[in-house]
Amino acid sequence: MPHDHHDHLSPSGHPYRPDDDQPLSYWQTLEIAVRELLVEKGITTPADIAVQIDAMDARNPAMGAKVVARYWTDADFAAALIEDAARATREMGFDIGPLKLIALPNTATLHNIVVCTLCSCYPRNLLGLPPDWYKSRAYRSRTVREPRKVLAEFGVTLPDNTEVRVHDSTADMRYIVIPNRPGGTDGWDAAALADLVTRDSMIGTGLPRTP
Amino acid sequence: MTNASFDGRRWHDMGGDIAGPVPTDQHDFSLWEKRVDALMVLCSGKGLFTVDGLRRVLEDMGEDSFETMTYYERWIASVNQNLIEAGAYTTAELATKMAQVQARGTTYGEASDAAR
Repeated sequence: MPHDHHDHLSPSGHPYRPDDDQPLSYWQTLEIAVRELLVEKGITTPADIAVQIDAMDARNPAMGAKVVARYWTDADFAAALIEDAARATREMGFDIGPLKLIALPNTATLHNIVVCTLCSCYPRNLLGLPPDWYKSRAYRSRTVREPRKVLAEFGVTLPDNTEVRVHDSTADMRYIVIPNRPGGTDGWDAAALADLVTRDSMIGTGLPRTP
Repeated sequence: MTNASFDGRRWHDMGGDIAGPVPTDQHDFSLWEKRVDALMVLCSGKGLFTVDGLRRVLEDMGEDSFETMTYYERWIASVNQNLIEAGAYTTAELATKMAQVQARGTTYGEASDAAR
């Protein structure tokens, strides 16, 4: 029945996790109980929780794409981003939080890729929540062992003379890859360039779209 | 007593291990998962615990929980443990509240609705 699975896909094309219409799980019960206790104790409010969910939902890779496109088009900003990516992106208006953020520019001979071997540290304030694969055992284990094989699984094959540099995130230090600007984009403005920047290109598991 | 199989790394320190293909499945976060994420951010922002506290409990839960529980299932377990340690509420209060929640209904939607 080829159409059946479409019923379980969200507008973004991904399956939903079982939610409101599924039998209540133990861990969902715990979430409800913890949340209500925190409200009853005056530690937080339903409004604060809703605001925080909205703020996290609003974070997405388009924010990172704006940073990359500005790096490509604004030399002063590019220098500031390399100097202190947290400060430079804060000055663009992004809520980066207290974490240290490091920008990793690719070059013709260098490709950067980011992992968190110990857990799931990710530049969530700039790119939104990490994709499921970023948190998987396979990605965490193998990216530091055989990055070219991992890249190949994502469809990225690099020349042998391109250095692959793997960066292991920590709880306090996050990375964003600055991919190479695609050819054929001379004269493009930052908004048009940002449309070429994919989430995976800022993690290092992908390349930007080409015009 | 020594453990001959312990190589100096705990289970979560998995960088460099041999593993299978990177999974490509993705899912959109459901409301209850987003609420867990929000509770972590709000409670750590109020100084009730730190990201290190979150990770300590996740790591102490062991490898079996990594394989059998989803990401935010593990997170709510850790958030809860940290909040009890911080004195936000007691285990007795939690037990009472859990029973109240379960009595409201059999789905997340029903049980989330405290007004019922």
